[in-house]
Amino acid sequence: MLKRLLRGTAALAAAALFCGPALAQDVQVSFYYPVAVGGPITKIIDGLAADFEKDHPGIKIKPIYSGTYQESIVKALTAVKSGEPPVLSVLLSTDMFTLIDEDAIADWTSVATSAGDKAWMNSFYPAFMENSRTGGKTWGIPFQRSTIVLYWNKELFKQAGLNPDHPPANWEQQLEYARKLTRRDASGNTTQWGIEVPSSGFPYWLFQGFTTQNDVLLMNPEGTRTYFDKPAVIQALQYWVDLARKDKVMPPGIIDWGTTPKDFFERKTAMMWTTTGNLTNVKANAKFDFGVAMLPAGKRRGSPTGGGNFYLFKKSTPQQQAAALKFVKWITSPERAAQWGIETGYVAVRPDAWQTPTMKKYVAGFPAASVARDQLKYAVAELSTHDNQRVTKVLNDALQAALTGAKTPAQAMHDAQSEANRLLQPYRH
Amino acid sequence: MTAQRHPMHAHGVGTALETAGAWLLALLWILPLAYAVWAAFHPPEFATRFTPLAPLTLENFRKAWNAAPFARYFVNTVILVTMILAAQLVLCTLAAYAFARYAFFGREVMFMLVLVQLMVMPDVLIVQNYRTMAQLGLIDTIVAIGLPYMASAFGIFLLRQTFKTVPKELDEAARVEGANGLQVLLKVYVPLARPVYIAYALVSISYHWNNFLWPLIVTNTVGSRTLTVGLQVFSSGDQGIDWSIITAATLMTSAPLLLAFLIFQRQFVQSFMRAGIR
Amino acid sequence: MRRFDVQLHGWLLVLPAAVLLAVFTHYPALATLWHSFYSTPRAGRASVWVGLGNYRSMAKDPVFWQVLRNNLWYALGTIPASIGLALLMAVWVNGKLRGRAFLRLAYFTPTVLPMIAVANIWLFFYTPGYGLLEQITVGLLGLPSHNWLGSPDTVLGCLMVVAIWKDAGFFMIFYLAALQSIPPVLAEAAAIEGAGRLYYFRRVVFPLLMPTTLFVLVNAVINSFRLVDHIIVMTKGGPDNASALLLYYIYDVAFKFWDSGYASALTMVLLAILAAAAIMQFAVLEKRTHYQ
Repeated sequence: MLKRLLRGTAALAAAALFCGPALAQDVQVSFYYPVAVGGPITKIIDGLAADFEKDHPGIKIKPIYSGTYQESIVKALTAVKSGEPPVLSVLLSTDMFTLIDEDAIADWTSVATSAGDKAWMNSFYPAFMENSRTGGKTWGIPFQRSTIVLYWNKELFKQAGLNPDHPPANWEQQLEYARKLTRRDASGNTTQWGIEVPSSGFPYWLFQGFTTQNDVLLMNPEGTRTYFDKPAVIQALQYWVDLARKDKVMPPGIIDWGTTPKDFFERKTAMMWTTTGNLTNVKANAKFDFGVAMLPAGKRRGSPTGGGNFYLFKKSTPQQQAAALKFVKWITSPERAAQWGIETGYVAVRPDAWQTPTMKKYVAGFPAASVARDQLKYAVAELSTHDNQRVTKVLNDALQAALTGAKTPAQAMHDAQSEANRLLQPYRH
Repeated sequence: MTAQRHPMHAHGVGTALETAGAWLLALLWILPLAYAVWAAFHPPEFATRFTPLAPLTLENFRKAWNAAPFARYFVNTVILVTMILAAQLVLCTLAAYAFARYAFFGREVMFMLVLVQLMVMPDVLIVQNYRTMAQLGLIDTIVAIGLPYMASAFGIFLLRQTFKTVPKELDEAARVEGANGLQVLLKVYVPLARPVYIAYALVSISYHWNNFLWPLIVTNTVGSRTLTVGLQVFSSGDQGIDWSIITAATLMTSAPLLLAFLIFQRQFVQSFMRAGIR
Repeated sequence: MRRFDVQLHGWLLVLPAAVLLAVFTHYPALATLWHSFYSTPRAGRASVWVGLGNYRSMAKDPVFWQVLRNNLWYALGTIPASIGLALLMAVWVNGKLRGRAFLRLAYFTPTVLPMIAVANIWLFFYTPGYGLLEQITVGLLGLPSHNWLGSPDTVLGCLMVVAIWKDAGFFMIFYLAALQSIPPVLAEAAAIEGAGRLYYFRRVVFPLLMPTTLFVLVNAVINSFRLVDHIIVMTKGGPDNASALLLYYIYDVAFKFWDSGYASALTMVLLAILAAAAIMQFAVLEKRTHYQ
């Protein structure tokens, strides 16, 4: 027994001697972080990095604020191709196929090998894992995820004779309420719109709300096929287009994503579709009673997920990858996931985060915070295919063409589908 | 000659109309800045409402200041602009002098090659230049932002034009007194081209102060980021637009330049008078 | 000077500038041309020679044609307007109008504000409903509301206004200097001859301003192809590419789609346009400029 102990100690000592010099040098884990929620978030991230470093001496976390999601993927890929890529990056969950195609990322499954690691990877909401797994491997770890939700102005509901605590539950009600909430002045100008669903920049995301509610998917899980011209998809688009052009309860033309919350605060619109990530902002700036609800059901309830995952980059050393894994596990622990969700309005990415005392108290005081979580069981993967940016742009352009009346919904979707087909052809084996 | 009879100036009713027109245009022109001042000093509820007695606040500035290290961005931008200008002045002066006064072999071809940059600007070659910078290991440095612009075909062209108009007698007179090539350049040509330098400096400074796309691509961290890239943090987020903060940030970062122009505008214009940009 | 010295010194003087130009202008331009003949490498597929393949795709790409059309209209809309306004402003500021200092300041402030920042302010101006423009057109004048940035018909025009606003004051400074260096004796002579304002302007002032106009023209042409910051902030090229310009499309293709072959081909088109513009301008410049 003593001999074994001595031998073990000697081995340990030898190991320490070998690894000593290596450990003496800190492992640098740089990570690109897109600030999609405004300034103060960088401070939170910096704080988290400092806390982690305190608990884990020998690892240095370097957050690099890299602009919007769009700019961050640009930076990450440019760095991969000709420069020093980061070890980690928070990027859109939909960038997964692109990152794999560009040979930029390593899969977490190859790094997170212990039983504890595997359990951790299974602890996230399945809805969020849909854009994070392919080919049996896990490529992204959910971090700041969201869904679309419906915000409504309770005051304006009351004014229009509607029950302020009853949001529209389905498409018919959405249209009917919007009609009652649309007001025009003497000269026919609309002073208040019933609803706004933004369509600038990335209309495909909002569109996925409509299509999911119409019980149809836009792509296959492998990311090699799109279904833009299925009748149910065209139907969904027709409903959206009609809101503005036929029923006149939504502003015509393209509605800007950035100004939609402001429109809501200004009482220019009584209802709006936007990300749950806006919750803290709405709470701070809406000077009236408002509600948050799941999106109205078509044939079923539904919303795409959104937001960013942690990706691990290939061009990093094993020590860096191990350190990165530690950091990501630490930052997605239930308490921290809960804290992150509270401070930003994003959905805490794992069920046990919602069971923590902090989160329970928060939800008790602010029930709106749990709406997005409750909607997760109806959520589907966000549109993500190979050559993702291009295929998405094709869809975006088609949606904008339909919304401005340049093309009929059927024409727009047919054109989009044939173009997407052409783009995805090389990826089907 | 009295002002009333000057053919270029209006008189009588004409003056009144023109004054009105000029003022209307000026008010239109300054409207964005005026709005920025309004929105920056009032709380967000009043960003779109122009009620006269709305409360004033400095909160937006505080939030904007905390949102990003603007002091650092400002310093970076000043360093960048100064560095580029200094390099341009030196490099373009030397090259223009050679083109103007040295009949060296291949001069015409060389000059044509220089002029190519007038159309093939670094802004258009972002992809390739990024690769080059990466190979040089200069990504995320202020030098990287400035390097493609330091040899300015525009500057060389302007200065060559100017140097050519310097009378040869002055050149010869200086040489007779024993000055060599560089000394002639410094003592004769450069002083005579001063207005051109100032005009060129204005073009260069305002261009690089406002440049966005290339600095965006080539910088990653706060250490090298410029103001324009830093301001972009307010441009698009999940939260939507907050005009109060954006305008506060804009004012904070533009104030120095605005003040500089306010104070120095007379000098600017006067030096252009002698610029010979004609 | 000895002939050898002339050669040596000449080359040494030019060398630093020449090196930088070669590395950051000539080499990348040639590299871009080279890359435009190759396909884009993707994981698993190396880059191969495709000759004119990228150019053929470009010819078939409706977005490319849209973008090209947009940029040409945009150039046509912004260049004459900004130069014309600059000249008008210079004349006004140069004259004996009241409050000239304020006018000069007002016209010049857009130059000092970065486009990235003012684009957001203009976004507010164009916002339907409570945006500043609509507060006037709808609130005061009772005209119907219009989605300025969200309609394909008006979005490009709105961006043009922003660009003109940004550039005119900058060009004004050059015209101002040129106006002030016109010898007063010319004005006196014209006054004595009883020449009217318009005549004086057309026959005397404008020709003398020609070199300035050409200088300003070069800048204006470059800006109309180079400045895409406001698109990035305000419309992202939408709706449906109605406000996308060539450089913006290149940025998308190169840095969003990572299609380096196609991006290179597009860049060559942009270079060709700029080359044509430059050649035209310099042909005219050499003819009209007179050195004293």
